[in-house]
Amino acid sequence: MIEIDALSKEYSGQRVVDRVSFNVAEGEIAVVVGTSGSGKTTLLRMINRLIEPTAGTVRIEGEDIGAIPAHLLRRRIGYVIQGHGLFPHRTVAQNVGTVPALLGWDRARIDRRTDELLVLFQLDPAEFRDRLPGELSGGQQQRVGVARALAAEPKLLLMDEPFGALDPIIRAKAQSDLVAIQKRFGTTIVLVTHDMEEAIQLGTRIAVMEQGRLQQYAPPAEIIAGPANPVVAELIGGDRPFRLLALGRVRDLVEPGPAAGEPVAADASLREAYAECLWSGREVLPVIDADGRSLGRIRRDDIAHRAEKPQ
Amino acid sequence: MRAGVAIRLVVLALLIAFVASPQTFAFVFQPLTRNGQPAIYLQNGLLNLTLSHLAIVAVATVASTLVAVGLAIAVTRPFGAEFLPLSRTLANVGQTFPPVAVLALAVPLLGFGTAPTLVALFLYGLLPIFENALTGLTTLPPAVTEAARGVGMTEGQRLVGVDLPLATPVILAGIRLSVVISIATATIGSTVAASTLGEVILAGLLSSNLAFVAQGGLVVAVIAVLIYDGLSALERLLAHRTGQGAR
Repeated sequence: MIEIDALSKEYSGQRVVDRVSFNVAEGEIAVVVGTSGSGKTTLLRMINRLIEPTAGTVRIEGEDIGAIPAHLLRRRIGYVIQGHGLFPHRTVAQNVGTVPALLGWDRARIDRRTDELLVLFQLDPAEFRDRLPGELSGGQQQRVGVARALAAEPKLLLMDEPFGALDPIIRAKAQSDLVAIQKRFGTTIVLVTHDMEEAIQLGTRIAVMEQGRLQQYAPPAEIIAGPANPVVAELIGGDRPFRLLALGRVRDLVEPGPAAGEPVAADASLREAYAECLWSGREVLPVIDADGRSLGRIRRDDIAHRAEKPQ
Repeated sequence: MRAGVAIRLVVLALLIAFVASPQTFAFVFQPLTRNGQPAIYLQNGLLNLTLSHLAIVAVATVASTLVAVGLAIAVTRPFGAEFLPLSRTLANVGQTFPPVAVLALAVPLLGFGTAPTLVALFLYGLLPIFENALTGLTTLPPAVTEAARGVGMTEGQRLVGVDLPLATPVILAGIRLSVVISIATATIGSTVAASTLGEVILAGLLSSNLAFVAQGGLVVAVIAVLIYDGLSALERLLAHRTGQGAR
């Protein structure tokens, strides 16, 4: 889907992005993670040519983006930024319909698409369509920002710290909404964050950037289990076992048998299940599915075993 | 707020009544006259002078606005950025020149009458509008301008669809300052035979008739205050409409 090839950006002799190469397959969520000044945002902004690279190429579906006029390229790529960047003088519907309007869709089609997206993001069209962004809460503004980026059905979505301005509770909801919507549309996403936790939770692949260089590009489990170098290891931090557990689901370790007490959901992460074991002092927990049917049980030892350093 | 609006409406009504039929108010100005001088200036008609005064200010302000906003747009585009300091200097020069000096210099070129006054007001009105337009266009919220580029708007679409609408309240504040300065400054246009309310004040000064000076000055001042308030209200409305009530 995206091939990034030896991409570099220099500002007055200083390389902020230094020969970065990686590919993102269709339908993946590639999370670029790094500290501030690592070049991750510059890298992202070169994909929709908000910044022109000094050297290297980006190809989207095999097409060199340098050959496409920048504004036309950007209409094909969804773009979400921290602090949403909604147009304050335009209504929610006008904001969401921005790119379709630029593409010359007819009125009825834009309205249909706008309402569809508002419903998808749990914003009742009748209530929110004609409001100005300033009249919405932070979480609602963020959702409108993502809806605007998805309006013209882009195959690729770029997100720059999209959840940075949200409080933790709203952020968790926005993250799970994003995953659900990504599954539904199959959109390929490149997301930039400084938060390794977020990267592990959202990414199908994680690109670790530091000082303009790509340190490692691998699925989350691989990054946690085998950091390529000390820089990556430091970014992951000391609680690697728990990060590993956060990746696993309870359903992976279910076994038949009885257990007493409050059950855990099969979709819960192993970390949540382990926390529940510790908190309630139980060795085994009953497991139920989304409809409340019993699936068996999960053992604390099995979970703990999963958190060991992979061989 | 309600009371404020009511007071302004009453003042406006009084102004219109006075300008339309000044003789009715002769008793107000009578105490200011001496030796049987007339209380009300009757040559050329107060109404004509007021309308002419306003027309001169309007034409000059429209011209200043077009040039100043055009200039501000040009120097905030990539191709015009290097002209930013130069254009600032030009507008500042326009402001430091006393309007009387502009009149004196313009008369030999343009002759007596309205033209030199228009030139002086035009030059004088440029700076506040230019400075405000510049501020409005360069202090747009960065996330919004970034998003405007990110969604794939062209340069022109960003200017017309995002930059200008968001900068309008600030630009309007510049126009308001410029209009108020022009309303006051236009009076001296009468020294070179422009048809403005300055004529009434000058006639009063020449014949030592305080009543003329007072009525000319009063009409100019009331018009300036009312227009200032009207434009302020319009700004607030626009700021609210563009979702920047708190900006």
